[in-house]
Amino acid sequence: MLKLSKYVLYDIVRSKVILAYTAFLFIVSFSLFNMEDHSSKAILSLLNIILIVVPLISMIFTTIHYYNSYEFIELMLSQPMSRRKILLSEYGGIALSLVSSFIIGVGIPVLLFSPDSVGFSLLFTGISLTLVFTSLAFLTSVKSRDKARGIGFALLLWFYFALIYDGLILMVLFTFSEYPLEKATLVLSALNPIDLGRISIMLKMDVSALMGYTGALYKDFFGSASGMLFTMGIMFFWIVAPLWWALRVFKQKDL
Amino acid sequence: MIRIEHINKKFKRLVALNDISAELRKGQVISLIGPNGSGKTTLIKSILGMVKPDKGKIYFNEELINGDPSYRSLIGYMPQIGRYPDNMRVGQLFSMLKNIRNVPAAKLDEELIEKFRLEEIFNKPMRTLSGGTRQKVSAALAFLFDPDVLILDEPTAGLDPLSSELLKEKILKEKSKNKLILITSHILSDLDELTTHIMYLQEGKLEFFKEIEQLREETGELKLGKAIARIMKGEKFNNEWIDKMFVPKDSFGEIKGENKVY
Repeated sequence: MLKLSKYVLYDIVRSKVILAYTAFLFIVSFSLFNMEDHSSKAILSLLNIILIVVPLISMIFTTIHYYNSYEFIELMLSQPMSRRKILLSEYGGIALSLVSSFIIGVGIPVLLFSPDSVGFSLLFTGISLTLVFTSLAFLTSVKSRDKARGIGFALLLWFYFALIYDGLILMVLFTFSEYPLEKATLVLSALNPIDLGRISIMLKMDVSALMGYTGALYKDFFGSASGMLFTMGIMFFWIVAPLWWALRVFKQKDL
Repeated sequence: MIRIEHINKKFKRLVALNDISAELRKGQVISLIGPNGSGKTTLIKSILGMVKPDKGKIYFNEELINGDPSYRSLIGYMPQIGRYPDNMRVGQLFSMLKNIRNVPAAKLDEELIEKFRLEEIFNKPMRTLSGGTRQKVSAALAFLFDPDVLILDEPTAGLDPLSSELLKEKILKEKSKNKLILITSHILSDLDELTTHIMYLQEGKLEFFKEIEQLREETGELKLGKAIARIMKGEKFNNEWIDKMFVPKDSFGEIKGENKVY
Protein backbone atom coordinates (compact mmCIF):
# COMPACT_ATOMS: atom_id res chain seq x y z
CA MET A 1 0.00 0.00 0.00
CA LEU A 2 2.80 2.37 0.90
CA LYS A 3 4.34 1.70 -2.48
CA LEU A 4 1.46 3.32 -4.28
CA SER A 5 1.13 6.17 -1.75
CA LYS A 6 4.75 7.00 -2.35
CA TYR A 7 4.14 7.55 -6.05
CA VAL A 8 0.91 9.47 -5.49
CA LEU A 9 2.77 11.69 -3.04
CA TYR A 10 5.61 12.12 -5.46
CA ASP A 11 3.21 13.21 -8.17
CA ILE A 12 1.44 15.71 -5.92
CA VAL A 13 4.56 17.24 -4.42
CA ARG A 14 5.63 18.30 -7.88
CA SER A 15 2.37 20.00 -8.68
CA LYS A 16 2.38 23.78 -8.49
CA VAL A 17 -0.85 24.00 -6.54
CA ILE A 18 0.55 22.33 -3.48
CA LEU A 19 3.69 24.48 -3.61
CA ALA A 20 1.57 27.62 -3.88
CA TYR A 21 -0.53 26.46 -0.92
CA THR A 22 2.56 25.91 1.20
CA ALA A 23 3.98 29.28 0.22
CA PHE A 24 0.67 31.02 0.96
CA LEU A 25 0.42 29.52 4.44
CA PHE A 26 4.03 30.31 5.16
CA ILE A 27 3.82 33.93 4.06
CA VAL A 28 0.56 34.57 5.92
CA SER A 29 1.75 33.07 9.20
CA PHE A 30 5.16 34.64 8.99
CA SER A 31 3.82 38.11 8.30
CA LEU A 32 1.11 37.83 10.98
CA PHE A 33 3.70 36.93 13.60
CA ASN A 34 5.85 39.84 12.46
CA MET A 35 3.04 42.39 12.37
CA GLU A 36 1.53 41.71 15.78
CA ASP A 37 3.76 42.39 18.72
CA HIS A 38 1.85 39.93 20.86
CA SER A 39 2.07 36.37 19.58
CA SER A 40 -1.36 35.35 20.91
CA LYS A 41 -2.98 38.09 18.83
CA ALA A 42 -1.20 36.72 15.78
CA ILE A 43 -2.38 33.21 16.62
CA LEU A 44 -5.95 34.44 16.85
CA SER A 45 -5.79 36.03 13.39
CA LEU A 46 -4.02 32.98 12.05
CA LEU A 47 -6.71 30.76 13.55
CA ASN A 48 -9.44 32.58 11.66
CA ILE A 49 -7.58 32.21 8.39
CA ILE A 50 -6.79 28.55 8.98
CA LEU A 51 -10.35 27.66 9.86
CA ILE A 52 -11.52 28.99 6.50
CA VAL A 53 -8.63 28.21 4.17
CA VAL A 54 -7.49 24.76 5.29
CA PRO A 55 -10.85 22.99 4.88
CA LEU A 56 -11.51 24.76 1.58
CA ILE A 57 -8.18 23.91 -0.01
CA SER A 58 -8.20 20.36 1.34
CA MET A 59 -11.61 19.70 -0.16
CA ILE A 60 -11.09 21.32 -3.53
CA PHE A 61 -7.62 19.94 -4.05
CA THR A 62 -8.64 16.42 -3.10
CA THR A 63 -11.72 16.45 -5.29
CA ILE A 64 -9.87 17.74 -8.33
CA HIS A 65 -7.02 15.33 -7.77
CA TYR A 66 -9.41 12.42 -7.50
CA TYR A 67 -11.15 13.20 -10.75
CA ASN A 68 -7.86 13.80 -12.53
CA SER A 69 -6.54 10.44 -11.46
CA TYR A 70 -9.70 8.58 -12.41
CA GLU A 71 -8.10 6.78 -15.34
CA PHE A 72 -5.06 6.08 -13.23
CA ILE A 73 -7.27 4.47 -10.60
CA GLU A 74 -8.73 2.39 -13.40
CA LEU A 75 -5.28 1.27 -14.41
CA MET A 76 -4.49 0.33 -10.82
CA LEU A 77 -7.71 -1.65 -10.72
CA SER A 78 -6.51 -3.75 -13.63
CA GLN A 79 -3.51 -4.70 -11.49
CA PRO A 80 -3.65 -7.30 -8.73
CA MET A 81 -4.59 -4.72 -6.11
CA SER A 82 -7.71 -4.57 -4.01
CA ARG A 83 -9.99 -1.55 -4.19
CA ARG A 84 -9.52 -0.89 -0.52
CA LYS A 85 -5.78 -0.67 -0.96
CA ILE A 86 -6.07 1.63 -3.94
CA LEU A 87 -8.39 4.10 -2.26
CA LEU A 88 -6.45 4.12 0.99
CA SER A 89 -3.16 4.69 -0.84
CA GLU A 90 -4.69 7.58 -2.71
CA TYR A 91 -5.95 8.97 0.58
CA GLY A 92 -2.58 8.44 2.19
CA GLY A 93 -0.74 10.23 -0.60
CA ILE A 94 -3.05 13.24 -0.69
CA ALA A 95 -3.42 13.56 3.08
CA LEU A 96 0.30 13.28 3.64
CA SER A 97 1.10 15.97 1.09
CA LEU A 98 -1.54 18.39 2.46
CA VAL A 99 -0.42 17.78 6.04
CA SER A 100 3.21 18.36 5.18
CA SER A 101 2.30 21.61 3.41
CA PHE A 102 0.54 22.68 6.57
CA ILE A 103 3.41 21.68 8.80
CA ILE A 104 5.89 23.56 6.66
CA GLY A 105 3.65 26.57 6.04
CA VAL A 106 2.24 27.06 9.54
CA GLY A 107 4.21 24.70 11.75
CA ILE A 108 7.60 26.30 11.25
CA PRO A 109 6.48 29.88 11.99
CA VAL A 110 4.47 28.73 15.01
CA LEU A 111 7.41 26.81 16.41
CA LEU A 112 9.62 29.85 15.88
CA PHE A 113 7.34 32.48 17.38
CA SER A 114 4.94 30.75 19.73
CA PRO A 115 6.04 27.27 20.78
CA ASP A 116 3.51 26.95 23.63
CA SER A 117 0.35 24.95 24.26
CA VAL A 118 -1.77 27.37 22.20
CA GLY A 119 0.58 27.01 19.26
CA PHE A 120 0.53 23.24 19.46
CA SER A 121 -3.22 23.03 19.67
CA LEU A 122 -3.37 25.29 16.61
CA LEU A 123 -1.20 22.81 14.75
CA PHE A 124 -3.29 19.91 16.02
CA THR A 125 -6.47 21.62 14.81
CA GLY A 126 -4.99 22.41 11.42
CA ILE A 127 -3.76 18.88 10.85
CA SER A 128 -7.03 17.32 12.00
CA LEU A 129 -9.06 19.64 9.80
CA THR A 130 -6.89 18.74 6.81
CA LEU A 131 -7.50 15.04 7.40
CA VAL A 132 -11.22 15.51 8.09
CA PHE A 133 -11.89 17.48 4.95
CA THR A 134 -9.73 15.26 2.76
CA SER A 135 -11.85 12.40 4.01
CA LEU A 136 -15.09 14.25 3.31
CA ALA A 137 -13.84 15.17 -0.15
CA PHE A 138 -13.15 11.51 -0.90
CA LEU A 139 -16.70 10.71 0.05
CA THR A 140 -18.18 13.34 -2.27
CA SER A 141 -15.93 12.41 -5.18
CA VAL A 142 -16.54 8.70 -4.86
CA LYS A 143 -20.26 9.31 -4.68
CA SER A 144 -20.66 11.31 -7.86
CA ARG A 145 -19.21 10.34 -11.18
CA ASP A 146 -19.51 13.80 -12.66
CA LYS A 147 -16.63 16.15 -11.89
CA ALA A 148 -18.67 19.35 -11.78
CA ARG A 149 -21.19 17.82 -9.42
CA GLY A 150 -18.47 16.41 -7.22
CA ILE A 151 -16.72 19.76 -6.85
CA GLY A 152 -20.02 21.56 -6.39
CA PHE A 153 -21.04 19.22 -3.64
CA ALA A 154 -17.65 19.54 -1.95
CA LEU A 155 -18.01 23.34 -1.98
CA LEU A 156 -21.50 23.07 -0.55
CA LEU A 157 -20.26 20.87 2.25
CA TRP A 158 -17.49 23.32 3.04
CA PHE A 159 -19.99 26.16 3.01
CA TYR A 160 -22.18 24.23 5.39
CA PHE A 161 -19.44 23.50 7.90
CA ALA A 162 -17.75 26.90 7.68
CA LEU A 163 -20.79 29.20 7.65
CA ILE A 164 -24.24 27.70 7.57
CA TYR A 165 -23.82 25.49 10.61
CA ASP A 166 -22.87 28.45 12.82
CA GLY A 167 -25.88 30.34 11.54
CA LEU A 168 -28.14 27.44 12.45
CA ILE A 169 -26.69 27.26 15.95
CA LEU A 170 -27.20 30.98 16.43
CA MET A 171 -30.78 30.60 15.31
CA VAL A 172 -31.35 27.85 17.83
CA LEU A 173 -29.80 30.02 20.53
CA PHE A 174 -32.02 32.98 19.75
CA THR A 175 -35.17 30.91 19.53
CA PHE A 176 -34.60 29.20 22.84
CA SER A 177 -32.84 32.04 24.61
CA GLU A 178 -35.21 31.70 27.56
CA TYR A 179 -33.80 28.28 28.40
CA PRO A 180 -30.44 27.24 29.82
CA LEU A 181 -28.67 26.03 26.69
CA GLU A 182 -25.02 25.83 27.73
CA LYS A 183 -24.79 22.08 27.53
CA ALA A 184 -26.81 21.87 24.33
CA THR A 185 -24.61 24.39 22.55
CA LEU A 186 -21.57 22.57 23.77
CA VAL A 187 -22.78 19.37 22.16
CA LEU A 188 -23.99 21.10 19.01
CA SER A 189 -20.75 22.89 18.32
CA ALA A 190 -18.77 19.74 18.98
CA LEU A 191 -20.61 18.16 16.06
CA ASN A 192 -18.85 20.46 13.64
CA PRO A 193 -15.09 19.88 13.34
CA ILE A 194 -14.40 23.53 12.46
CA ASP A 195 -16.25 24.81 15.53
CA LEU A 196 -14.64 22.21 17.68
CA GLY A 197 -11.21 23.33 16.53
CA ARG A 198 -12.06 26.97 17.15
CA ILE A 199 -13.36 26.34 20.67
CA SER A 200 -10.48 24.15 21.73
CA ILE A 201 -7.99 26.86 20.79
CA MET A 202 -9.94 29.87 22.04
CA LEU A 203 -10.24 28.30 25.46
CA LYS A 204 -6.49 28.07 25.71
CA MET A 205 -6.26 31.83 25.28
CA ASP A 206 -7.02 34.73 27.54
CA VAL A 207 -10.01 35.77 25.46
CA SER A 208 -12.05 32.96 26.96
CA ALA A 209 -12.43 35.11 30.05
CA LEU A 210 -14.66 37.42 28.03
CA MET A 211 -17.15 34.73 27.16
CA GLY A 212 -19.13 34.75 30.36
CA TYR A 213 -20.86 31.78 31.92
CA THR A 214 -20.86 29.64 28.77
CA GLY A 215 -17.16 30.32 28.36
CA ALA A 216 -16.55 29.21 31.92
CA LEU A 217 -18.48 26.03 31.36
CA TYR A 218 -16.58 25.36 28.13
CA LYS A 219 -13.29 26.01 29.80
CA ASP A 220 -14.21 23.68 32.58
CA PHE A 221 -15.02 20.92 30.09
CA PHE A 222 -12.47 21.36 27.31
CA GLY A 223 -9.69 22.31 29.68
CA SER A 224 -9.90 18.98 31.47
CA ALA A 225 -8.16 15.82 30.32
CA SER A 226 -11.44 14.14 29.43
CA GLY A 227 -12.33 17.21 27.34
CA MET A 228 -9.08 16.85 25.41
CA LEU A 229 -9.81 13.21 24.80
CA PHE A 230 -13.31 14.15 23.72
CA THR A 231 -11.95 16.65 21.18
CA MET A 232 -9.52 14.11 19.79
CA GLY A 233 -12.20 11.43 19.69
CA ILE A 234 -14.63 13.60 17.74
CA MET A 235 -11.91 14.65 15.31
CA PHE A 236 -10.94 11.03 14.84
CA PHE A 237 -14.55 10.13 14.20
CA TRP A 238 -14.77 12.85 11.55
CA ILE A 239 -11.67 11.50 9.84
CA VAL A 240 -12.61 7.82 9.90
CA ALA A 241 -16.37 7.86 9.32
CA PRO A 242 -16.45 9.59 5.90
CA LEU A 243 -13.45 7.59 4.74
CA TRP A 244 -15.06 4.33 5.80
CA TRP A 245 -18.24 5.30 4.00
CA ALA A 246 -16.28 6.30 0.90
CA LEU A 247 -14.57 2.92 0.97
CA ARG A 248 -17.86 1.12 1.15
CA VAL A 249 -19.20 3.05 -1.83
CA PHE A 250 -15.97 2.59 -3.78
CA LYS A 251 -16.00 -1.16 -3.30
CA GLN A 252 -19.40 -1.46 -4.97
CA LYS A 253 -18.78 1.11 -7.64
CA ASP A 254 -18.57 0.54 -11.39
CA LEU A 255 -15.59 2.28 -12.86
CA MET B 1 -9.57 -20.00 -19.08
CA ILE B 2 -12.33 -17.45 -18.70
CA ARG B 3 -15.91 -18.59 -18.44
CA ILE B 4 -18.72 -16.09 -18.58
CA GLU B 5 -22.12 -17.27 -17.42
CA HIS B 6 -25.28 -15.30 -18.12
CA ILE B 7 -24.05 -11.89 -17.13
CA ASN B 8 -26.36 -8.92 -17.19
CA LYS B 9 -25.56 -5.30 -16.57
CA LYS B 10 -27.73 -2.22 -16.61
CA PHE B 11 -26.61 1.37 -16.26
CA LYS B 12 -29.77 3.01 -15.06
CA ARG B 13 -32.10 2.29 -17.98
CA LEU B 14 -29.47 1.43 -20.53
CA VAL B 15 -28.90 -2.28 -20.93
CA ALA B 16 -25.15 -2.64 -21.39
CA LEU B 17 -24.89 -6.41 -21.26
CA ASN B 18 -27.78 -8.72 -21.90
CA ASP B 19 -27.38 -12.34 -20.82
CA ILE B 20 -23.91 -13.00 -22.18
CA SER B 21 -22.33 -16.42 -21.88
CA ALA B 22 -19.08 -17.56 -23.45
CA GLU B 23 -16.07 -19.69 -22.81
CA LEU B 24 -12.69 -18.24 -23.73
CA ARG B 25 -9.79 -20.67 -23.98
CA LYS B 26 -6.03 -20.56 -24.20
CA GLY B 27 -4.57 -20.02 -27.64
CA GLN B 28 -7.55 -18.07 -28.85
CA VAL B 29 -7.28 -14.57 -30.23
CA ILE B 30 -10.76 -13.20 -29.89
CA SER B 31 -11.89 -10.09 -31.68
CA LEU B 32 -14.66 -8.38 -29.85
CA ILE B 33 -16.50 -6.25 -32.33
CA GLY B 34 -19.69 -4.29 -32.50
CA PRO B 35 -20.98 -0.75 -32.93
CA ASN B 36 -20.14 1.99 -30.43
CA GLY B 37 -22.00 1.49 -27.20
CA SER B 38 -22.64 -2.18 -27.81
CA GLY B 39 -21.09 -3.18 -24.50
CA LYS B 40 -17.57 -4.21 -25.55
CA THR B 41 -15.76 -2.15 -22.96
CA THR B 42 -18.31 -3.06 -20.29
CA LEU B 43 -17.69 -6.74 -20.97
CA ILE B 44 -13.94 -6.24 -20.70
CA LYS B 45 -14.34 -4.26 -17.52
CA SER B 46 -16.54 -6.97 -16.04
CA ILE B 47 -13.79 -9.49 -16.65
CA LEU B 48 -11.33 -7.16 -14.98
CA GLY B 49 -13.67 -6.65 -12.04
CA MET B 50 -14.03 -2.92 -12.62
CA VAL B 51 -17.71 -3.25 -13.39
CA LYS B 52 -19.81 -5.49 -11.21
CA PRO B 53 -22.46 -7.36 -13.19
CA ASP B 54 -26.02 -7.27 -11.84
CA LYS B 55 -26.49 -10.96 -12.53
CA GLY B 56 -24.32 -13.83 -13.67
CA LYS B 57 -20.87 -15.11 -12.90
CA ILE B 58 -17.43 -14.91 -14.41
CA TYR B 59 -14.84 -17.59 -13.70
CA PHE B 60 -11.14 -17.17 -14.22
CA ASN B 61 -9.28 -20.46 -14.27
CA GLU B 62 -12.34 -22.06 -12.67
CA GLU B 63 -12.33 -19.53 -9.85
CA LEU B 64 -15.21 -17.16 -9.41
CA ILE B 65 -14.31 -13.50 -9.71
CA ASN B 66 -15.62 -11.75 -6.64
CA GLY B 67 -13.41 -9.17 -5.04
CA ASP B 68 -10.14 -11.08 -4.67
CA PRO B 69 -7.77 -9.19 -6.97
CA SER B 70 -4.99 -11.79 -7.21
CA TYR B 71 -6.22 -13.29 -10.50
CA ARG B 72 -5.40 -10.00 -12.19
CA SER B 73 -1.70 -10.75 -11.91
CA LEU B 74 -2.28 -13.05 -14.90
CA ILE B 75 -3.86 -10.32 -17.01
CA GLY B 76 -2.28 -7.55 -19.03
CA TYR B 77 -4.73 -4.78 -19.82
CA MET B 78 -4.35 -1.97 -22.27
CA PRO B 79 -7.10 0.63 -21.77
CA GLN B 80 -8.81 2.61 -24.48
CA ILE B 81 -7.62 5.92 -23.06
CA GLY B 82 -4.45 5.85 -21.02
CA ARG B 83 -4.14 8.78 -18.64
CA TYR B 84 -1.48 8.81 -15.99
CA PRO B 85 -0.54 11.17 -13.17
CA ASP B 86 0.60 14.42 -14.77
CA ASN B 87 3.88 14.81 -12.99
CA MET B 88 4.94 11.21 -12.99
CA ARG B 89 7.81 10.41 -15.30
CA VAL B 90 7.48 7.60 -17.80
CA GLY B 91 10.27 5.62 -16.17
CA GLN B 92 8.65 5.99 -12.76
CA LEU B 93 5.39 4.60 -14.05
CA PHE B 94 7.20 1.47 -15.16
CA SER B 95 9.13 1.11 -11.93
CA MET B 96 5.95 1.66 -9.92
CA LEU B 97 4.13 -1.15 -11.71
CA LYS B 98 7.13 -3.44 -11.39
CA ASN B 99 7.09 -2.60 -7.72
CA ILE B 100 3.41 -3.44 -7.37
CA ARG B 101 3.50 -6.68 -9.32
CA ASN B 102 6.76 -7.81 -7.82
CA VAL B 103 7.82 -9.94 -10.76
CA PRO B 104 11.50 -10.97 -11.00
CA ALA B 105 13.39 -9.01 -13.62
CA ALA B 106 14.19 -12.12 -15.65
CA LYS B 107 10.49 -12.69 -16.29
CA LEU B 108 9.80 -9.22 -17.61
CA ASP B 109 9.05 -8.76 -21.27
CA GLU B 110 10.58 -5.45 -22.26
CA GLU B 111 10.46 -6.01 -25.99
CA LEU B 112 7.90 -3.29 -26.65
CA ILE B 113 9.79 -0.77 -24.53
CA GLU B 114 12.77 -1.34 -26.79
CA LYS B 115 10.84 -1.41 -30.03
CA PHE B 116 8.89 1.76 -29.26
CA ARG B 117 12.11 3.33 -27.97
CA LEU B 118 10.41 4.33 -24.77
CA GLU B 119 13.66 4.44 -22.84
CA GLU B 120 14.51 7.66 -24.63
CA ILE B 121 11.53 9.36 -23.00
CA PHE B 122 11.85 7.79 -19.55
CA ASN B 123 12.64 11.19 -18.07
CA LYS B 124 9.67 13.01 -19.54
CA PRO B 125 6.66 13.74 -17.35
CA MET B 126 3.48 11.98 -18.49
CA ARG B 127 1.62 15.22 -19.16
CA THR B 128 3.99 16.17 -21.98
CA LEU B 129 3.31 13.02 -23.99
CA SER B 130 1.10 12.95 -27.06
CA GLY B 131 -1.90 10.65 -27.28
CA GLY B 132 -0.07 8.18 -29.49
CA THR B 133 2.95 8.02 -27.23
CA ARG B 134 0.71 7.38 -24.24
CA GLN B 135 -0.87 4.59 -26.20
CA LYS B 136 2.60 3.10 -26.70
CA VAL B 137 3.25 3.34 -22.98
CA SER B 138 -0.06 1.58 -22.27
CA ALA B 139 0.81 -1.17 -24.73
CA ALA B 140 4.27 -1.69 -23.27
CA LEU B 141 2.72 -1.90 -19.79
CA ALA B 142 0.19 -4.50 -20.86
CA PHE B 143 2.87 -6.79 -22.24
CA LEU B 144 5.47 -6.07 -19.57
CA PHE B 145 4.65 -8.88 -17.17
CA ASP B 146 4.31 -11.61 -19.78
CA PRO B 147 0.73 -12.38 -18.68
CA ASP B 148 -1.32 -15.42 -19.74
CA VAL B 149 -4.23 -13.25 -20.77
CA LEU B 150 -4.00 -10.04 -22.74
CA ILE B 151 -6.92 -7.68 -22.95
CA LEU B 152 -6.44 -4.90 -25.47
CA ASP B 153 -9.09 -2.22 -25.83
CA GLU B 154 -8.63 -0.57 -29.22
CA PRO B 155 -4.87 -1.10 -29.25
CA THR B 156 -4.09 0.40 -32.63
CA ALA B 157 -6.27 3.51 -32.42
CA GLY B 158 -4.02 6.54 -32.45
CA LEU B 159 -0.82 4.70 -33.29
CA ASP B 160 1.20 5.57 -36.36
CA PRO B 161 1.43 2.86 -39.07
CA LEU B 162 4.90 1.75 -38.05
CA SER B 163 4.06 1.39 -34.35
CA SER B 164 0.80 -0.28 -35.14
CA GLU B 165 2.71 -2.84 -37.25
CA LEU B 166 5.16 -3.40 -34.40
CA LEU B 167 2.29 -3.94 -32.00
CA LYS B 168 0.62 -6.40 -34.35
CA GLU B 169 3.85 -8.35 -34.71
CA LYS B 170 4.07 -8.50 -30.96
CA ILE B 171 0.50 -9.75 -30.66
CA LEU B 172 1.24 -12.47 -33.23
CA LYS B 173 4.28 -13.48 -31.25
CA GLU B 174 2.26 -13.79 -28.06
CA LYS B 175 -0.41 -15.70 -29.95
CA SER B 176 2.17 -18.35 -30.82
CA LYS B 177 2.88 -18.74 -27.08
CA ASN B 178 -0.61 -20.14 -26.61
CA LYS B 179 -2.03 -17.18 -24.73
CA LEU B 180 -5.57 -15.92 -24.59
CA ILE B 181 -5.84 -12.55 -26.29
CA LEU B 182 -8.95 -10.43 -26.34
CA ILE B 183 -8.98 -7.45 -28.71
CA THR B 184 -11.60 -4.86 -29.45
CA SER B 185 -11.15 -2.75 -32.51
CA HIS B 186 -13.06 -0.97 -35.21
CA ILE B 187 -10.25 -1.41 -37.69
CA LEU B 188 -11.18 -4.83 -38.99
CA SER B 189 -8.29 -5.01 -41.42
CA ASP B 190 -5.96 -4.94 -38.42
CA LEU B 191 -7.70 -7.93 -36.91
CA ASP B 192 -7.66 -9.98 -40.08
CA GLU B 193 -4.24 -11.52 -39.62
CA LEU B 194 -4.41 -11.87 -35.85
CA THR B 195 -7.71 -13.26 -34.90
CA THR B 196 -8.96 -16.83 -34.51
CA HIS B 197 -12.44 -16.11 -33.17
CA ILE B 198 -14.99 -13.40 -33.66
CA MET B 199 -17.35 -12.26 -30.97
CA TYR B 200 -20.00 -9.88 -32.18
CA LEU B 201 -21.91 -7.75 -29.73
CA GLN B 202 -24.88 -5.59 -30.49
CA GLU B 203 -26.90 -3.60 -28.00
CA GLY B 204 -25.47 -5.68 -25.21
CA LYS B 205 -26.32 -9.00 -26.79
CA LEU B 206 -23.87 -11.57 -28.01
CA GLU B 207 -25.00 -12.07 -31.59
CA PHE B 208 -22.44 -14.72 -32.42
CA PHE B 209 -19.15 -16.19 -31.28
CA LYS B 210 -17.52 -18.11 -34.12
CA GLU B 211 -14.23 -19.33 -35.40
CA ILE B 212 -12.94 -17.22 -38.22
CA GLU B 213 -12.57 -20.22 -40.55
CA GLN B 214 -16.17 -21.12 -40.03
CA LEU B 215 -17.15 -17.56 -40.69
CA ARG B 216 -15.15 -17.54 -43.92
CA GLU B 217 -16.72 -20.77 -45.08
CA GLU B 218 -20.22 -19.65 -44.29
CA THR B 219 -19.83 -16.38 -46.09
CA GLY B 220 -17.38 -17.35 -48.80
CA GLU B 221 -15.37 -14.22 -48.08
CA LEU B 222 -11.69 -14.15 -47.20
CA LYS B 223 -11.62 -10.70 -45.72
CA LEU B 224 -12.96 -10.35 -42.23
CA GLY B 225 -14.69 -7.07 -42.95
CA LYS B 226 -16.56 -8.46 -45.90
CA ALA B 227 -17.42 -11.66 -44.13
CA ILE B 228 -18.94 -9.76 -41.29
CA ALA B 229 -20.79 -7.47 -43.63
CA ARG B 230 -22.26 -10.59 -45.27
CA ILE B 231 -23.35 -12.09 -41.99
CA MET B 232 -24.91 -8.86 -40.96
CA LYS B 233 -26.93 -8.71 -44.12
CA GLY B 234 -27.92 -12.33 -44.15
CA GLU B 235 -29.24 -12.11 -40.66
CA LYS B 236 -30.67 -8.67 -41.16
CA PHE B 237 -28.95 -6.95 -38.30
CA ASN B 238 -28.77 -3.24 -38.09
CA ASN B 239 -25.75 -3.05 -40.32
CA GLU B 240 -25.22 0.62 -40.89
CA TRP B 241 -21.99 0.55 -38.98
CA ILE B 242 -20.40 -2.13 -41.06
CA ASP B 243 -21.61 -0.81 -44.38
CA LYS B 244 -19.98 2.54 -44.03
CA MET B 245 -16.59 0.92 -43.72
CA PHE B 246 -16.91 -1.97 -46.10
CA VAL B 247 -19.10 -1.20 -49.03
CA PRO B 248 -19.29 -4.44 -51.03
CA LYS B 249 -18.42 -4.06 -54.68
CA ASP B 250 -19.84 -6.15 -57.47
CA SER B 251 -17.65 -7.84 -60.08
CA PHE B 252 -17.27 -4.63 -62.11
CA GLY B 253 -15.94 -2.76 -59.14
CA GLU B 254 -18.97 -0.55 -58.86
CA ILE B 255 -20.55 0.22 -55.59
CA LYS B 256 -23.89 -1.41 -55.13
CA GLY B 257 -26.59 1.14 -54.75
CA GLU B 258 -28.79 -0.41 -52.11
CA ASN B 259 -26.38 0.15 -49.26
CA LYS B 260 -25.44 3.67 -50.05
CA VAL B 261 -28.80 5.32 -50.58
CA TYR B 262 -29.78 7.49 -47.69
